[in-house]
Amino acid sequence: MSAVVLQMLCVAGMLGSAVLAIVLSRSTIATAIIYSATLAASAIALIGSIHWLLGDTTNATDLTLPIGLPWLGAHFRLDGLASFFLVVVNLGGTSASLYGLGYGHHEEAPQRVLPFFPAFLAGMNLVVLAGDAFSYLLCWEFMSLASWALVMAHHREPGNAKAGYVYLVMASFGTLALLLAFGLLAGPAGDYEFAAIRAAQHTPYVATLVLILMLLGAGSKAGLVPLHVWLPLAHPAAPSHVSALMSGVMTKVAIYGFIRVVFDLLGQPSWWASVIVLSLGGITAVMGILYAMMEKDLKRLLAYSTIENIGVIFASLGLALAFQANGLKLLAALAFAAALFHVLNHSFFKSLLFFGAGAVLIATGERDMDKLGGLIHRMPFTSFAVLVGCVSISALPPFNGFVSEWLMFQAVLQSPELPQWALKITVPAVGALLALAAALAAACFVKAYGVTFLGRPRSVAAETAEEVDHYSLSAMFILAALCLLAGILPGLVIDALSPITLQILGGRMPIQINEPWLSIVPIAESRSSYNGLLVMVFIAISASFAVVFIHRFASHALRRGPAWGCGFSDPTPAAQYSGGSFAQPIRRVFGTLVFHARDHVEMPAPGDIRPARLRIESHDLIWEGMYEPIAGVVGFAADKLNRLQFLTIRRYLSLVFATLVTLLLVLAIWS
Amino acid sequence: MQMHSLSFDVSHTLAGGLVLISFMMLYQDRLYSLLNVFALHALVLALSVAWQAFVQDAPHLYITATIALVFKAIIIPVALHRIVKQLGIHRDIESAVGIGPTMLAGMALVALSMVLMLRVTAEADPLAREDLAFALSVVLLGLLVMVTRRNAVSQVVGFMSLENGLVLAATGAKGMPLVVEISVAFSILIAFIVIGIFLFRIRERFDSVDVSALDDYRGERR
Repeated sequence: MSAVVLQMLCVAGMLGSAVLAIVLSRSTIATAIIYSATLAASAIALIGSIHWLLGDTTNATDLTLPIGLPWLGAHFRLDGLASFFLVVVNLGGTSASLYGLGYGHHEEAPQRVLPFFPAFLAGMNLVVLAGDAFSYLLCWEFMSLASWALVMAHHREPGNAKAGYVYLVMASFGTLALLLAFGLLAGPAGDYEFAAIRAAQHTPYVATLVLILMLLGAGSKAGLVPLHVWLPLAHPAAPSHVSALMSGVMTKVAIYGFIRVVFDLLGQPSWWASVIVLSLGGITAVMGILYAMMEKDLKRLLAYSTIENIGVIFASLGLALAFQANGLKLLAALAFAAALFHVLNHSFFKSLLFFGAGAVLIATGERDMDKLGGLIHRMPFTSFAVLVGCVSISALPPFNGFVSEWLMFQAVLQSPELPQWALKITVPAVGALLALAAALAAACFVKAYGVTFLGRPRSVAAETAEEVDHYSLSAMFILAALCLLAGILPGLVIDALSPITLQILGGRMPIQINEPWLSIVPIAESRSSYNGLLVMVFIAISASFAVVFIHRFASHALRRGPAWGCGFSDPTPAAQYSGGSFAQPIRRVFGTLVFHARDHVEMPAPGDIRPARLRIESHDLIWEGMYEPIAGVVGFAADKLNRLQFLTIRRYLSLVFATLVTLLLVLAIWS
Repeated sequence: MQMHSLSFDVSHTLAGGLVLISFMMLYQDRLYSLLNVFALHALVLALSVAWQAFVQDAPHLYITATIALVFKAIIIPVALHRIVKQLGIHRDIESAVGIGPTMLAGMALVALSMVLMLRVTAEADPLAREDLAFALSVVLLGLLVMVTRRNAVSQVVGFMSLENGLVLAATGAKGMPLVVEISVAFSILIAFIVIGIFLFRIRERFDSVDVSALDDYRGERR
């Protein structure tokens, strides 16, 4: 059985479980059955795709089904790039199903989630497997609709209806852009098969338009600024394991689409296209993490952080484009591998963090960080797993986030090799933006972790929280272990990615597995190398040494005294450092520019017994400056056109008549 | 060659007569006279189709001609006569748009279709060219009748004359299968029945077949 058939059988299994979920909708055992089925299907698909990725990836396997357009059929194809993204999708699917086995029992209306969860997984698998533009768009829409249904699962909660609406509008817009892009790629001959598109020559004009349309289409799904507005609304609205899939996996499927078209189908890129991608990536990274910093809702914070990571990935892809356009294949492979590595890493730790947020939500019923706190005492295992996720996403060694960002900065540092001055200037500037984003990300997750898990509980719910079930915990711990493994053994991952860079770019990074001590050496030993294993061993030894030293040699004398309250003697938990207080310095520095943030202090006159108040005013400039005017114009036009709904029959006839005569006139004058 | 030229002249005359009768429809302000003109329209169409059948040596066109004669020249006008009588609107005078502007607009439309057709079909057979130009004029004039009338019955008549233009175009082109013509004729009959039923329903509800009553019902200003 060829590999692609195996994958399609797994997809069929997922679709079958979706149907089964409809049949079983009201049954109490449905949750266990459906999540077990998706767990099995995605685990098999995961093993199959890993096996294929590590094996011989030069021979892509095809499958053509006689469905879809009659003269085209539905092509499915498994090659190196697709198999890598299948690994990402199915790893997310496996862990989310495992998590759902526990989390799903808390669902109030499981019949709103169960049919769509397997369908969503199947949709993402199919998008990656699609081998012609028609199947691609069809599966893409299927994926969007299934995820939309999951966003609307809790449609009675305030804000979710709006989230669903904005998501639907943006998804339609994105698909429209993709449709136009594929239409341009297929050309007047209308051959929608990827192989034919790849073989065709595309004029620079078409290539530019396609790149811009892909940035709009795939970018809106991935969450590129300024097309990101739906993402922080929709991702948190879904149940947490679905949020994990949407943030950790669906955004990656969008990136797959971008890579497939821009790197694979479009042929040789032009260098200035990379400037657009690079700048958008850098801006997205910084804006995303600034939004996240200001957020106090845990899941929305994670969604905004997804935007930051998408920015990082797009910046790496832009770098790869820049190097590729100049024929620097090794460096292009380095940047591209960094992007793919970050795709993998982000799917690990973002899923993990959303699982953690879901666990907190189940245990306390709260997403607002300012009502949480002290959960490390009540939920020690969840806290530990989330800590690993936070450290990874903050790009601290020895975890995986550091490796991919380090690789990316290695590529940024090679920018002097580029001949164009525009790129020589842009790349370091974007590098600076990315460095800023990385630092802010660390601050953001210090805030998220510190306010949620440390300190004292700020509400009764946080005080009485209980540790979550074993399924959820095991899903989190598996992902945490993967974060550590990918961090200390990055050479294995890079070697697995090399066939893909070879397939897409025609270049590859040096083989890493033969380096002594499992180091990774992106270019040459003399330039730079990194060894996650040694870093971990060093951290472990020095930490144990410090612990032993303190316990052995520090004074054991006991002294009791009042705790120092930083000059503030009120002991209520509400007086703790909150998320807002943590973000305040950063809001002061960046907020005035980016959010037009103002602090208003209402200080009552002496003798007045009103409390003093601090009010913070902040604006989402992208929403107010871009989307509200568009919505205004659409509303105005709809108001004006509304009159057309209430014409007399004779006027309608006259309209038809006038249109016909006008068209005939146009023909008569210009033919 | 002589025969060819004669056939050309006759079909030209018949098609031109159709356009002329369409013009006549534009200024009829009484329903009975409008129906009579429509019957004449259909009769000329039947003649034209029959001539085409003779010229093109295509016997199936005789069937089309018969359909046009029986349904459009006899059954539909008679039925509409009865409807008008039952509805008691045979004394109604209607003039949504003045006759003068309507005639001017009609001339402009004929000019437009001539210019357009003669330019677009430069390489085609001259017989088919002329035929198509006249057919387009008839279609546009039928639409003009529909637009300028307020009474539902006269709108039906406008629609039927529009369809006559389509048949003229279809028979002018050689090799149009009979099935297509029969199905077009049949669909027109169905449309006539549906519209007839609607006329009575409108009448029952509003005591008028003036479509402006519908607009009043919807609370519209005109």
